[in-house]
Amino acid sequence: MNLAGAAAQFTELMLAVLLAPLLTGWVNQCRAWLQNKSAPGLLQPYRVLAKLFQKEVVLAHNASPLFRAAPYLVFGCLALAAAIVPSLSTGLPLNAAADAIALVGLLALARFFIALAGMDVGTAFGTLGARREMMVGFLAEPALLMVLFTASLISHSSSLSTIVEALGHREFVIYPSMAFAGVAFTMVSLAENARIPVDNPATHLELTMIHEAMVLEYSGRHLAMVEWAASLKLFVYSCMGLALFFPFGIAQGGDWPGIVLALPVLLAKLAAGGAALALIEMVSAKMRIFRAPEFLGTAFLLAVLAMLVHVLLEG
Amino acid sequence: MIDAALLAALAWIALGCCGLVAPRSHAFAGRVLYPAGAAVGVLVAGIAGFALFDEPSARVLPLGLPDLPFHARLDALSAFFLALLGGVAAGVSVFASGYLRADQGSPPGLVCLCYHVFLASMALVLVADDAYFFMVAWETMALSSFFLVTSDHRHAEIRRAGYLYILIAHIGAISILLCFGALQSGTGDYTFEGMRALQLPAGWATLAFVLALAGFGAKAGIVPLHVWLPEAHPAAPSPVSALMSAVMLKTAVYGMLRVTLDLLAFPVWWWGVIALAVGLASALFGIIFAAVQTDMKRLLAYSSIENIGLILAGFGLTLLFRGFGMGTLAALALTATLYHCLNHAFFKSLLFLATGSVLHATSERSLGRLGGLIHRMPWVAWSALIGTVAIAGLPPLNGFVSEWLLLQAFLFTPNLPQGYVNMLVPVAAAAVALTAALSGYVMVKFYGIVFLGQPRDAALAQAHDAGPWEKTGLAWLGAVCVALGLFPHVVIRALEPITRQFTGYGISGEAGGWLFVAPIEPERASYSPLLFLGVATLLILVAWLAVRAFYHGRARRANAWDCGFPWQSARMQDTAEGFGQPVKVVFQPAFRIEGEAPSPRDRRPRYRETAEDRFWYWLYLPVARLAERMTALVTVLQRGRISVYLMYSFATLLVLLFFVR
Repeated sequence: MNLAGAAAQFTELMLAVLLAPLLTGWVNQCRAWLQNKSAPGLLQPYRVLAKLFQKEVVLAHNASPLFRAAPYLVFGCLALAAAIVPSLSTGLPLNAAADAIALVGLLALARFFIALAGMDVGTAFGTLGARREMMVGFLAEPALLMVLFTASLISHSSSLSTIVEALGHREFVIYPSMAFAGVAFTMVSLAENARIPVDNPATHLELTMIHEAMVLEYSGRHLAMVEWAASLKLFVYSCMGLALFFPFGIAQGGDWPGIVLALPVLLAKLAAGGAALALIEMVSAKMRIFRAPEFLGTAFLLAVLAMLVHVLLEG
Repeated sequence: MIDAALLAALAWIALGCCGLVAPRSHAFAGRVLYPAGAAVGVLVAGIAGFALFDEPSARVLPLGLPDLPFHARLDALSAFFLALLGGVAAGVSVFASGYLRADQGSPPGLVCLCYHVFLASMALVLVADDAYFFMVAWETMALSSFFLVTSDHRHAEIRRAGYLYILIAHIGAISILLCFGALQSGTGDYTFEGMRALQLPAGWATLAFVLALAGFGAKAGIVPLHVWLPEAHPAAPSPVSALMSAVMLKTAVYGMLRVTLDLLAFPVWWWGVIALAVGLASALFGIIFAAVQTDMKRLLAYSSIENIGLILAGFGLTLLFRGFGMGTLAALALTATLYHCLNHAFFKSLLFLATGSVLHATSERSLGRLGGLIHRMPWVAWSALIGTVAIAGLPPLNGFVSEWLLLQAFLFTPNLPQGYVNMLVPVAAAAVALTAALSGYVMVKFYGIVFLGQPRDAALAQAHDAGPWEKTGLAWLGAVCVALGLFPHVVIRALEPITRQFTGYGISGEAGGWLFVAPIEPERASYSPLLFLGVATLLILVAWLAVRAFYHGRARRANAWDCGFPWQSARMQDTAEGFGQPVKVVFQPAFRIEGEAPSPRDRRPRYRETAEDRFWYWLYLPVARLAERMTALVTVLQRGRISVYLMYSFATLLVLLFFVR
């Protein structure tokens, strides 16, 4: 791996880490506009993070080292995921370290630890949140994997870099399987990022929350890391969706002029994606937790259907 | 090499016999014999490691019947499984020397004898080179493990579990015997050499395959012959459950591979479809049932069914590719299969041993009465965490590598000449993905309920960490799990002789360099656990140090917040039943659910719900009822009076005389 590649990789990583709260702020702002409310300002997530970092950490008496380590672990995993997903350029050094399956594994690792941390203090809400999060996880993860498989089958590779190059830099072809995969991916990312209709990031109503219930015991800098990791997750899923379904404008092989061009394209795509997410959240209602398996089961079936369509029509 | 392996097996038997010198002494067995057994285990692993790259070596033993001597042979496949046996046995024996203490039913000397004979018989199964020797070793293995399972024979349910185990083991053994009968095809030559040379007609070959699948499947615990696993594993002492789940199930996999790939050598692609279907059914069934278990060893037993299912699915894929003559892909699938065997052996034995330590410290197997043990038993808890991450198939540990390889094999599939099979492959891949995701769910349940949270029982405050022997055993198995996860290219290179032998190809992944695993070519897929772990660790460290550097490190301890509800108690946490509820709801048709909800006016409300295995009601109970009815018919003859029996003999004699005349 050369120095320029490493520098490009570092840029991509830092961009994700620094821009992730901005994306969350943008989605919140769009949603507030759509709801005809006055928005809290684009930089509000940064202010929240700064506030939380200043605050004292209050730990439960029986919190174990696992509880204290988990926020950093989850943050590290999601930062690595952000480095693996090609957002600015393909062919970066870390792209070879993990392919699409490893990326799904990485996201699962982060979920595994945050769920364990949710169970660590042993409160009613913590375990409830962990259970629900894992329930969402066991249905969403295979669906995500099937979406990535569909893309892998089209491009004959499970390496994300090669997938993006194959989908984006060839002549324009419409793949019917990718349409199914796109719907499935949208449903999965709504669920995985704790968005309406599966979860509501804005509520702390006890009986309906999933993600928030799990991280209820966190405070201070730990909570800041968890929140940051949550925005990173949204960023990673957005970049993944953009790379799979709108793979245009991504630089190849880490060349610098391409990356400089790719940056505004990425920002524009993210802004559009964030607005679309806010719109989806606006027009749908939060469903009961017992309906979530149906929702995710549909996503899973659609993803499998996408693979079947590929094998039948495009094979 | 074969001599060394046989001597090591003999050493195990000798150690076992030494146990009879002082059958009641725990100190002798615990401090001398088990550690020595562990040393032999290391030796076996070492011998097998050399033999893996060596030419096959064979020997005819002067044992057995006149004119029917025992044949033994050590080739790459045997050597691989022998290495697995040795490595696991080393860790489990060290653990056992601290674990098997007083008040465990049978005297320690006898347990020591059975334990070492069990180890030796597994080694002999792996090196046997004729059907006769194989069956003798196989039955020794079944019997010695039966005695180990029932070593605490005072409890009726343990005796019952042992009976179920031995029953299904023998149904399997009959099937294997018939399979060898089909394989020798009337020549009377029961050596594997002779069977290899034969070209069976398609019908006989298929019959032999189906018999092998059923016979070895009964031992491996594939659906629907799995019912003994969740009974026998909890009944046995933990080191024995570890060995049974980690190694004995693998000897069954070895048998399947040996018969199908080596002895039959008859590539029929649709055998692969059968194995794939049965494997995936077992995998999904196992993990769904694991999610609703409330006994930690039963949970692990069901998880073994899942893992064996995945192994069988990989095996089916191997057969499928071999049947279509796709050598490289067959090599990839076979590598994934064998790799998963190795991984499962180590992480499952680690988890079973950890449950053993928990059982000793708390005398509690039910998940509903555990909790918070990470504070009382940190060593066990952290090593169990390695096992849980590994078994959940999460990177960068070993469980992920084999799942990755298996999924890669699926990804390369859609060029098969059979259209229908092509369509099945996405469905099969989805089933594998679902299984992997569910295993994460199950493992969060297992770990979170046993080790995290508040103790659900007051007695848990007295729990103590494991002793030094147990810690050493756990540490060894955990270290191997980490090493297998971080250095996959070493393992893949070690598996290459086997894949070359049976598929003609190897996938040692030279193309990607030593840092990367790239099974076919780096552009298609690559994975580098070292880089992965390195960068992740770096990112975590940087995040932690940055937060340390820029902000205060103040932390205050207080009561748990929990939305401001002050009357928290341990009973408000999720129970094992509660955590399994979503799976029970989503996969409701898979269970036979019985229960009753209390009425709202009930003064002392009781909630009861059981989720049972449908196969008991579909298969086992009808068969048992049929057997009972048949015996009822025979009972008519049985009068219990000697004069009646004499009359039967007389009548028989008369009839025979009539015919003979």
